[in-house]
Amino acid sequence: MDKIITIVRKEWAEVFKNKMVLFSVIFMPLLFAALPLIILFSTGGGGDMAGDIPQQIAVMCDPGMSSSECFQVYIVSQFLVLFMLVPLIIPVNIASYSIVGEKTTRSLEPLLATPITTAELLIAKNLAAVIPAVAATLVGFLIFAIGAGFLSGSSLVTAALLDPMWLLAVLLVGPLLAVLSVNFAIMVSSRVNDPRVAEQLSVVVIVPILGLFFGQVSGLLIFNNTLVLIMALVLVVLDAIMIQVAIRLFQRETILTRWK
Amino acid sequence: MITTENLTKKFGDITAVDHLNLEVREGEVFGFLGPNGAGKTTTVRMLSCLIGPTSGRALVNGFTVGKEDKQIRRSVGILTETPGMYDNLSAEHNLNIYAHLYEVEYPKVQVEKYLRMLGLWDRRQDEAGTFSKGMKQKLAICRALLHEPRLLFLDEPTAALDPESARLVRDFIAELRQQGCTIFLCTHNLDEADRLCDRIGVFKSRLLVVDSPTNLRRQLFGRKVVFHLATGNDGLVQQVQALPFVQEVKLVENKLVITLDDPEEHNPDILNLLVGAGARVQFVGELRTSLEDVYLHLVKQ
Repeated sequence: MDKIITIVRKEWAEVFKNKMVLFSVIFMPLLFAALPLIILFSTGGGGDMAGDIPQQIAVMCDPGMSSSECFQVYIVSQFLVLFMLVPLIIPVNIASYSIVGEKTTRSLEPLLATPITTAELLIAKNLAAVIPAVAATLVGFLIFAIGAGFLSGSSLVTAALLDPMWLLAVLLVGPLLAVLSVNFAIMVSSRVNDPRVAEQLSVVVIVPILGLFFGQVSGLLIFNNTLVLIMALVLVVLDAIMIQVAIRLFQRETILTRWK
Repeated sequence: MITTENLTKKFGDITAVDHLNLEVREGEVFGFLGPNGAGKTTTVRMLSCLIGPTSGRALVNGFTVGKEDKQIRRSVGILTETPGMYDNLSAEHNLNIYAHLYEVEYPKVQVEKYLRMLGLWDRRQDEAGTFSKGMKQKLAICRALLHEPRLLFLDEPTAALDPESARLVRDFIAELRQQGCTIFLCTHNLDEADRLCDRIGVFKSRLLVVDSPTNLRRQLFGRKVVFHLATGNDGLVQQVQALPFVQEVKLVENKLVITLDDPEEHNPDILNLLVGAGARVQFVGELRTSLEDVYLHLVKQ
């Protein structure tokens, strides 16, 4: 455990000296908290909307809500999906550099010459990227939750936005997504020689979540407890597979002898 | 400390190390010499368990490579070709990381000990990236020694260093030898190998020869004594050549270069002969064959 903590601390000490990474860790959750709050503020205070609201919107609302409150919940919910991008994007920044960065600075060979095991090294690299990502997501969501209480103007809207489903999504799906993203980035990072290539390839993992976002916006997908739980289950399986694959693909010999 | 039996490493069709049989003794500085691409770094990587052998067997500090890798990694120190420090972390932080990874009992004490020993204590808070090449190399040496390894692999420790830094590193290696540390030294610097190594192995995919530099010189080139004369002539050459213990005689600009097995025994006889023949001997000295000559002779063969 001491070795894992040592590597985690080392990663943080290195990574957070990079202002761009630090900026993305701080700025992204703030941005993703601010966007729904701005929407919430700008759509709040309206009277009842004329006419019936579409069925796809109505299913998201409490029966006691006015149609404008319901519409407000619908619009803001679209942006809450973006919260799941935070645990994907932040660790990609950190993890994609984690192995290839050690290759380019030639620090990987002395590191691998120590008694650290591959599993310890990869767990440490995982934690170093996942912890800031999950923490940033939680902080962002907390800011949103506090802001929503002040800005929504309706306890029904606040309750709908802080529905257990979203808490589940942020507290469970978020970390699972972070693990997925980190392991994918580490896999890519250990196979390429250029940090830029690692980062570009690693970003591919964001595509499915963007798919969810557009699915919800277009009405093809509705986020509910069942969907979130299915996502969590699928992610648990995917994460387990991904961790195994990452450990198998991390072949010390290949990494040491084939990098240029 | 190190024993290898037919240790072989292949990368696809290329054989980097071919049936290496080697023994490195405790407390010696063993020089591992060879041209670029000869397989020296591959050998070091196999012996320090960074890569596995294709076939053969190796024992390092009594542990088997491929079976007891963790124990080997704990008991050896390695200085890689490039220092590979974390440039944006301080020197002290760099060493602290490795002290923990090597499970050093008192990390702070060891870090301070080696930073002071290599003259980096005053710069301990500075980022490693601000260090000169020589300082980085010294920092990397500190890193390799933190856990007090019984065996140290040094891969080109003075390459790319200025003469002053190279000398500092060489002096430190000599000091380590005095303290009884076994050192496996890969180098291109033959003068360095000559000065530091108890024995050398010349390697080019396979081991060509192993012996002390002095013995190798003698075996390959014999011992040469130079007699500086006021004037030399072919008559003297013929008379000296007639002596039974003389292997070869050459006259080069009034200097007789004579190859002998045992100069201490036969120099007086030669001197008597030359004086008796009327030659004026101005100076006598041994011609030292350089390790470079030995190396080039072996590698070209």
